[in-house]
Amino acid sequence: MSLDVCPLPARGPSDRIRLREGAGGQAMRELIQDLFLARAVHVRPDEVGPRDMDDGAAIRLGDGFLVMTTDAHVIQPAIFPGGDIGRLSICGTVNDLAVMGATDILGLTVAVVLEEGFSRADLERIWSSLQDAAEEAGAPVLTGDTKVMRRGELDGIVITTSGVGLARRVVRSRGLHAGDQLIVSGTVGDHGLAVLAARAGLGLEGALLSDVAPVRALVAAALEAGGEGIVAMKDPTRGGLAGALSEMIGGSNLGVLLDEASVPLSEPVRAAAELLGIDPLIVANEGKVVFAVRPEATAAVLAALRAQPLGTRAAVIGTATVERPGWVVLDTGFGRRLVVEPEGEPLPRIC
Amino acid sequence: MNAGPPGAVPPGLPPGLPAAAARLQFRDPARARALGEALHRAVDRAVDRTGQPVTVMHVCGSHEQAIARYGLRASFPQALEVIMGPGCPVCVTDVPEVDEAVAMARQGLTVATYGDMLRVPGSGPSLGDVRGEGAPVEVVYSVADALALARHQEVVFFASGFETTAVATAAALLDDPPPGFQVLSAHKYIPPVMEIIAEMPGRRVQGFLAAGHAATITGSGVFEAFCARHRLPVVVAGFEPLDILAALVALVEQVARGSAEVDNRFPRCVSRQGNLRAQEILWRVFRPVGGRWRGIAHVPNGNLRLRDAFAHRDARRQHPVDPASLCQGAPSALAARCVCGNIMAGIAAPTDCPLFGGACTPDEPVGACMVSMEGTCRIWQQYGGQVRLGREPPLLPDPTGRTA
Amino acid sequence: MCLGVPGRVLSVDGMVAVVDFWGVRREVRLDVVDAPVAVGDYVLNHVGYAIRRIPAEEAQATLALYDELLAMQDAEDLMAADLRGELAATGAGS
Repeated sequence: MSLDVCPLPARGPSDRIRLREGAGGQAMRELIQDLFLARAVHVRPDEVGPRDMDDGAAIRLGDGFLVMTTDAHVIQPAIFPGGDIGRLSICGTVNDLAVMGATDILGLTVAVVLEEGFSRADLERIWSSLQDAAEEAGAPVLTGDTKVMRRGELDGIVITTSGVGLARRVVRSRGLHAGDQLIVSGTVGDHGLAVLAARAGLGLEGALLSDVAPVRALVAAALEAGGEGIVAMKDPTRGGLAGALSEMIGGSNLGVLLDEASVPLSEPVRAAAELLGIDPLIVANEGKVVFAVRPEATAAVLAALRAQPLGTRAAVIGTATVERPGWVVLDTGFGRRLVVEPEGEPLPRIC
Repeated sequence: MNAGPPGAVPPGLPPGLPAAAARLQFRDPARARALGEALHRAVDRAVDRTGQPVTVMHVCGSHEQAIARYGLRASFPQALEVIMGPGCPVCVTDVPEVDEAVAMARQGLTVATYGDMLRVPGSGPSLGDVRGEGAPVEVVYSVADALALARHQEVVFFASGFETTAVATAAALLDDPPPGFQVLSAHKYIPPVMEIIAEMPGRRVQGFLAAGHAATITGSGVFEAFCARHRLPVVVAGFEPLDILAALVALVEQVARGSAEVDNRFPRCVSRQGNLRAQEILWRVFRPVGGRWRGIAHVPNGNLRLRDAFAHRDARRQHPVDPASLCQGAPSALAARCVCGNIMAGIAAPTDCPLFGGACTPDEPVGACMVSMEGTCRIWQQYGGQVRLGREPPLLPDPTGRTA
Repeated sequence: MCLGVPGRVLSVDGMVAVVDFWGVRREVRLDVVDAPVAVGDYVLNHVGYAIRRIPAEEAQATLALYDELLAMQDAEDLMAADLRGELAATGAGS
């Protein structure tokens, strides 16, 4: 289809950054690849660098790897059912390190930018929650930075974190084989729907809480049990389970067949999803991990997860297949449909 | 997501909700398999009698949502095609109607609209575009929200939707609304457009699924004259997967037998006479007039306009705008290639449109079918409806050539 | 727009009912529903208005309709018989 005579360019870069370029989907990947990675450094073949666009980076250090990651957190509202931006910031970074295989966390940094007029009481609550999360995760906050911007120049609070850890083996988010089993560590859609339901005033707050939590111990237990049988890991944040699975098979010659009946959902999430007309597979999770596991290691990994407090609802939800490469197909029990990675502006800033 | 044995209240739900549990029975996979098998056999019999594949149409965006969300088409026999007709009220709202609302907003009138209509292109900007320019456009989730806004200012409620939604608008007008509350009616009425489809030359449609919620209001009896006149069966269907499968079995059975009756498969909500109180309210406030549906041209009695007794509430009469004067010149090159009209009439599929998924996406829609949550193109794009995911080999060559 | 989710009536005050939908409470107007609505009834909601009172026994009636459809199949069809057996074994219809 030729667009060269059309006055309306429909796709491609524009001269202004658009909201969807921060949404975690295709538009964001294009921005990163076309702009940010234009002069990105190269790393050694066994390392993970910026061009890999994985959950973090990994460089050789002695016998193992030094893993690092960074995140900016802009969630609105800053305090939400089940958590707040403080807890979210720590868990986001701890979890990115963990799913790269770095469960030995050396330390975190926290930079806080505040809008003039931000409530001191809220800040104290957020900071207390942040420190609790760091302790819970076994990830000390070692250094930080503080800025205050003029009223109106920033929306409340932004927290940027980075983390450094050690991994004996780096676990990437790709590299599946046909027949690999897909395991999710627990119920899906909790964080995204908790925030959306609160925003829509659904009145389910008591029952519907974010799952924000550090998954370091969960991942360590899985790696202990599964070893090299764990082929890939990803934390399904922006874009949800659908986005994570799409990235795991993107550019490969594999597809995924998911069994809807196997996907763990809490009842309040199912209710909120029905009422809001939102698919739980495409909203963010902040305390979950998706694993791609070789068939012979599946039982051991599942048992190890289910023995963990955060993994009691762990389940095998699907399989990597040679059919329909690049696509995630959902068996609904009544038929099949594609699970499409959400594109476009997210409901604003839920993580 | 297993609901457990039928009749049992699933764990985690608040106590005392047997209807919820019963509703989950309408998603029982065992019954779905049985109905799926019945559907295959019914399609075989219909093909035997008619010598051609079976084509039926539904006229409800919510039916298309349910079909797409549950992936039902993947389990249909290859010789069955279920087309979505003009059942998305946003998609069929014509350009001049959008332009009227946009003009009123630009004049500084607060325009309250359902969220879906925000991004529908008129001949020029959409309501969302002018909101971005600073015009007073408010998104509401119900007419009650619009009434609340109207307590303090003049508000024009851009009332879109079919007859089910029009009932709510009518009830609001009859309940002593605030003085500033006015309605710009873009409401539509479905039964007349079924006539248009039935009379289209070359139409392949052999039967209709009727929308269960609209029929809750109008009753199933409203289709009896249609069936007799056009010799086409109509089955009223609910929205759970079992409702839809059962209704399709019933509809295809009629095609197989050559019968043309109204069959109500949603009796828990629909009666033959319908909701008389709602009908009385609806027709006291609205009258049907002929009008254009986007892409379908003229539909006699297809539009609902306020009766003279409500002239003081009619934004069209209080703030007359000449839509012809708003037309911003020729449509863009992209809009000229959009085939939404044919898609809504069931003549084309989204994959037939040169813009589908390329120049026209949910994020940057060209036509209304991609804008609305209920639009065919949007749903196909979101759920992958364009890809045949069934495993069985085709029973007959696919006449449309659309095999994945 | 909420797709006609049926909910259970928790309270009625004139033309306004508070209805429970899967654990979420919403106010629903009763102006257009065509039967008197009482606490404990189920209603079908569309954009904030109840459009139908659903009698509790209607759900069972619908399920019986599905089963009737299956019964209409060819009596010699063994597969249908197997499936009827499967449904009976799960206690469906009880």
